Amino acid sequence: MLLSKAAIGSKVKVVSLESKGLLRRRMMDLGLIPDSEIEVIRESPLGDPRAYGIKGSQIALRREEASQIVVEVVN
Amino acid sequence: MGLTCESCSRGVLKKKFNLRCGEKFVIALAGNPNVGKSTVFNELTGLKQHTGNWPGKTVVNARGNYRYEDMEFVLMDLPGTYSLLASSVEEQVARDFICFGQPDVTIVVVDGTCLERNLNLVLQVMELTHNVVVCVNLIDEAERKGIFIDIKALEEELGVPVVGTIAREGVGLEELKRRVLNVALNIENLNPKKISYSKPVEDAIKGIEPEIDRILKGKLNSRWVALRLIDGDNTIVNSIYEHIYDKKTLEIEGEEVLVNA
Amino acid sequence: MHRQFLGKFNELVRISDLSSFTYGDSLRDSIVKDIYRAAEEVTKKVVTQKSQRKITFDKKIDDLLTSKIFGYPIMILLLGLVFWITITGANYPSQMLANLFFWLEGKLTYLFMVLGSPQWLHGILILGIYRTLAWVISVMLPPMAIFFPIFTLLEDLGYLPRVAFNLDRLFKKAGAHGKQSLTMSMGFGCNAAGIIACRIIESPREKLIAILTNNFVPCNGRFPTLIALATIFVGGLVASQYRSLAATLFVTLLVVFGIIVTLIVSWVLSKTILKGIPSSFTLELPPYRKPKIGRVIYTSLIDRTIFVLGRAIAVAVPAGLIIWILANITLGDKSILSHSAAFLDPFARMIGLDGFILMAFIIGLPANEIVVPIIIMSYMSKGAMLELESLLEMQRLFIDNGWTFLTALNVMLFSLFHFPCGTALWTIGKETGSLKWTMLSALIPTVIGIAVCFIVTQGARLLGLVF
Repeated sequence: MLLSKAAIGSKVKVVSLESKGLLRRRMMDLGLIPDSEIEVIRESPLGDPRAYGIKGSQIALRREEASQIVVEVVN
Repeated sequence: MGLTCESCSRGVLKKKFNLRCGEKFVIALAGNPNVGKSTVFNELTGLKQHTGNWPGKTVVNARGNYRYEDMEFVLMDLPGTYSLLASSVEEQVARDFICFGQPDVTIVVVDGTCLERNLNLVLQVMELTHNVVVCVNLIDEAERKGIFIDIKALEEELGVPVVGTIAREGVGLEELKRRVLNVALNIENLNPKKISYSKPVEDAIKGIEPEIDRILKGKLNSRWVALRLIDGDNTIVNSIYEHIYDKKTLEIEGEEVLVNA
Repeated sequence: MHRQFLGKFNELVRISDLSSFTYGDSLRDSIVKDIYRAAEEVTKKVVTQKSQRKITFDKKIDDLLTSKIFGYPIMILLLGLVFWITITGANYPSQMLANLFFWLEGKLTYLFMVLGSPQWLHGILILGIYRTLAWVISVMLPPMAIFFPIFTLLEDLGYLPRVAFNLDRLFKKAGAHGKQSLTMSMGFGCNAAGIIACRIIESPREKLIAILTNNFVPCNGRFPTLIALATIFVGGLVASQYRSLAATLFVTLLVVFGIIVTLIVSWVLSKTILKGIPSSFTLELPPYRKPKIGRVIYTSLIDRTIFVLGRAIAVAVPAGLIIWILANITLGDKSILSHSAAFLDPFARMIGLDGFILMAFIIGLPANEIVVPIIIMSYMSKGAMLELESLLEMQRLFIDNGWTFLTALNVMLFSLFHFPCGTALWTIGKETGSLKWTMLSALIPTVIGIAVCFIVTQGARLLGLVF
């Protein structure tokens, strides 16, 4: 599943990153590395971007960025 | 002293980074964005600060002074960054200052409410220089969130001084200044934690480190440079050119050099 | 010796080139992963997590501030409140400063007379330079000294990133960054400060878009002009008790128009000269924090207010000199100012202005605040800038000089869309480090302003609308 499709309030785990180069590096710097847990916290009033809880901080990502991250739901 | 940048000519570099400091200690202040780094900076330096831009960059640079135990300290506020892997100008500026500006001590301010994310930067700074003091800020906020950090244990884990602070209220800053002075005077017992990389990475390092070491002749930590090159980071090569092989001297020699862009 | 160094350096370049294709993403990923793993291990050993009270509290605030229903109304309400406090709060200190400067002017004039200095010297120094300076300080300082601390307070609280979060979708469609909403809000205080604020946008392309379009939000210097003209000419159309309401609505309409143009221009820029892939968007929403008042006042007053004022003063001094010379040196029977106005008049009429108005915008370059005083000065054929006692007097003067509703509308539109003031241009030059972008930042709004005024004027004339 893609992170951009994960339901609000759900907890997911990063499987892999599809982006390349600098963007990939930036995503990883934010803590989006395989196996790390992400909470889908909220969406903005217009639905995009959405805020994610990543390693203790709340980071907003646009759909374009979030759809490059493959995740799986954690129970 | 740090083990890196040992023999680069400090005078030239100080001029490059606009430092005029005689016998003062140079302290770099690093940290993630939004961790209260500028509060720490303001509390330490008061109103004695100058702002400007980093040489050749549009990144803002703030510099201030403080006195402690009759000694002068120049505090350089580095841009707030998540890492030092040079994926932005800010990160490059912060990295280059720690690497080539050779501060006597680097303070890394971390947010007590999300320690894990912040330790990422601490560990990266510790790869570059051993003279590190970690300032765990916002411990009051962390406690309100139900997060408790064992400062003593963290100090043991990292092998460098760790101080808990509430910078807004000035709590812990005396201790911070004391530990910074200790590190500057070389009287702290430093045993910085080394990151051990997975086997493929370590193998790759082994493959190119000896050659890099031969080229740099101890001017920089060759293991760290090797890691950056494996990482595909070309900016380090430019920075080495800029800071170690001073451009001006080369031009006098009439040499034209193509820098790898 | 250098040659030897260089040889070594080239070897390093070679290793670097080799490395960049020898090692792949997976190896690079594991470097980052290993660092994070180490950080995670340390964290597990030293951190204990208990209750989560504060987190739930922050979440509740966020639920409200970014909610589908309340998110936008709260934003608009807060922005409106900031404006209201700034505009009403600035009146009184502005008047006081003006009185103080006027009193000092009297004293200085007396001193010049006692010393027996020639008339022209007094004219240049006092009526020219001093009066321009006094004007700029007394109208610029109070609103900035009120606006910036309030704005910095919202920043310190952690509210501003939420605004960027709420609005990013709109800006994304325009090829810009959500944080541009913040630099625009800052622009309401002062465009120069808004342009400096563009530093918070990390990606160069989006940052440039934000810098180039910041001028489309009217700053503190233009608000008084818009309000005064709207009160006279729009408020005049309705019954007196609805006057200020009608004026307020009309100014709001103009601001909204400015924002729409901002988005359109951003979109055009991102599709043409600033074409490229949208940079990655990441925005941290930090936890809410209790602001530290001392720090808020310090950063807003020292870093923003004094800084902007300093630049404004540096531009106002030579401008005061030029304005005085233009208004007082005569060629034949008219001043240079009148000659220039006569020259510009035919063009100015085409866009619904007149020569004096256009000239006032041009020599009002140092600060938008002095545009109306220069218009008044020109109409009254005086040699120095002055202000009228009441709006009524201003209305009479303007109407006597041939103003109609259409003229006022065009002045307001041109005030909204014309080249940035000297301080803002200087700042754009400093921030972009490029003459090209600075020129373009002046050209874009001016061309739009001329086009809008031309269409409005010719359209109204064509339709036979006489206001």
